[in-house]
Amino acid sequence: MAKTVEGLYYSESHEWVKVEGNVAIVGITDFAQHAMGDLSYVDMPEVDDELEKGEEFGAVESVKAASDLYSPVTGTVVEINEELEDAPELLNQDAFANWIMKVEMSDPSELETLMDAAAYEAMCANE
Amino acid sequence: MKYYDKLIFDLSKAGRQGYSLPVNRWERSVSELPAGLLRSDVPALPEVSELDVVRHYTNLSQMNFGVDSGFYPLGSCTMKYNPKINEEIAAMPAFAGLHPLQPASTVQGALRLYKDLAHALSEITGMAQFTLDPFAGAHGELTGLMVIRQYHMSRGDLKRTRIIVPDSAHGTNPASAAVCGLEIVQVKSNAAGLVDVEDLKPLLDDTIAGIMMTNPNTLGLFEKEIKEIAALVHECGGLLYYDGANMNPLMGVVRPGDMGFDVLHLNLHKTFSTPHGGGGPGAGPVGVAAHLASHLPVPKVMEAEDGTLYIADGSCRCESAPEGAGAFGPACGCKPECTCGCQSCGQISGFMGNFGVLLRAYTYILMLGKQNIKMVGPLAVLGANYIKESLKDCFKLPIPTVCKHEFVFDGLLDQSTGVTTLDIAKRLLDYGFHAPTIYFPLLFHQAIMIEPTETESKETLDGFIEIMRHIAAEAISDPESLKTAPHTTPVRRLDETTAARQPVLRYRDM
Repeated sequence: MAKTVEGLYYSESHEWVKVEGNVAIVGITDFAQHAMGDLSYVDMPEVDDELEKGEEFGAVESVKAASDLYSPVTGTVVEINEELEDAPELLNQDAFANWIMKVEMSDPSELETLMDAAAYEAMCANE
Repeated sequence: MKYYDKLIFDLSKAGRQGYSLPVNRWERSVSELPAGLLRSDVPALPEVSELDVVRHYTNLSQMNFGVDSGFYPLGSCTMKYNPKINEEIAAMPAFAGLHPLQPASTVQGALRLYKDLAHALSEITGMAQFTLDPFAGAHGELTGLMVIRQYHMSRGDLKRTRIIVPDSAHGTNPASAAVCGLEIVQVKSNAAGLVDVEDLKPLLDDTIAGIMMTNPNTLGLFEKEIKEIAALVHECGGLLYYDGANMNPLMGVVRPGDMGFDVLHLNLHKTFSTPHGGGGPGAGPVGVAAHLASHLPVPKVMEAEDGTLYIADGSCRCESAPEGAGAFGPACGCKPECTCGCQSCGQISGFMGNFGVLLRAYTYILMLGKQNIKMVGPLAVLGANYIKESLKDCFKLPIPTVCKHEFVFDGLLDQSTGVTTLDIAKRLLDYGFHAPTIYFPLLFHQAIMIEPTETESKETLDGFIEIMRHIAAEAISDPESLKTAPHTTPVRRLDETTAARQPVLRYRDM
């Protein structure tokens, strides 16, 4: 079983969200990086991009496959993790320590539609 | 490593050559060209003798693996044997010597063959008309989607910008739709591996241009509810696109046109035994129902009243066409159903497709004939089910129903050994088989997709089954030999991750 971190929010499409004030820090879960295998590329949004909840904001690519990333919240991108441009393997090394983007949320109540760690683990157990 | 396995650049010796050019008898010389057009350095080409070239490339070709050298069960690719008579016909000087710019009056035979092949494909698929212009399957997809877009636009129905693609689709489907400017909407598969009709229903509205389906789908399963799906999509005003990648099991048995599809493409290099060119020439003919025929691309072969064949280029040929109206579309004032070429979705290739490939497919159809072509599908289905049933006690079979021409395992039944699908695929190479398709479709994490095709004997299938069982046993007794496989190929296990992260693309960078 892949690990999860308590206190984060989780989406059905395997993104995690850590909330700091009105900013959502978004990454992919350990389950997702494990399923993808060694990542070779992370396609990220640009700062100031406006995202709807559920909208595609980028993609991760591995030797096996490419998978789109979906924004778990609505808001504006305020920062992206530029380190991933040259070192996508950071997501394989620690998916929770390495975030992909930070989003200024326009509707924090959307967080209520996401899962907690236990619910996410239960969902993964069925995949 | 053998001496001649070196890169051709490593065999190079300054001044060595395998050619002799005649003395320049003309008075002009390249030095008369403007200085800005001349290159400053001599191109870095290898300098080798003719014998060096022959040995180097002969050795390289012997490292290759093809259908002519062994069993090639690559799922979704239909790697059937390509009969040698196809090559013989395509090499006939009367065909091979044709030039695409010859006047139509001098190539009436070739144009007739083009029309006859299109007619045969219409018979096999139940579509009204075909274009043979597209150069590959994905090119056919784009062409078919352009026809769909043109159809909606010609009716002034401009809201239809979204296309539905199942989650089991080939990656080319959403890619082609994106290139065509359509927005992709995904529909999920149900537990039986088929399109979930209940998931589909809420997606259908007046913004839907159509749905792209593969039937049988990527899991090798026949979409049994296709009639209901067709009715639902048509009801909302959308069209049905059939991805012909998996046409092989249905040929001569069921016709996509009868299932309700409006547009389809065929992969001649899959179903109709033309070479999978290793990136070389392919062909992806597109067939359409009668109401879409006027939107097929140009150039297209047309028949005059006296039986003469000519090539329509898209400019309006109707008497009512205003002077200088030019090519393509509504400028000439014709109705959307005008068949002169002016309502075409445009031009998608310089000339009329890969004629050499079309010849091979035509030969294949005529050699099989109407009766034998019906045997292809059942034999392909029998072979796939035989392998599936013979291996399901060693490999995990997520969907245990009868399959069509291919099926998907989800890795080994006993996954405690840590042996992955990649290890199994690599180990197969040691035993002289090409690996099946792996890690596709994405519905399963350890997918192995096997398609034997109809051209393999029972003995070959038995040989493959025996080796697959042997590998399953090795996974328990000697997993290390799998994790380090292959051991007997010209190159061993490649570091694919580093190759993807830091690709070395030039000889000089090595």
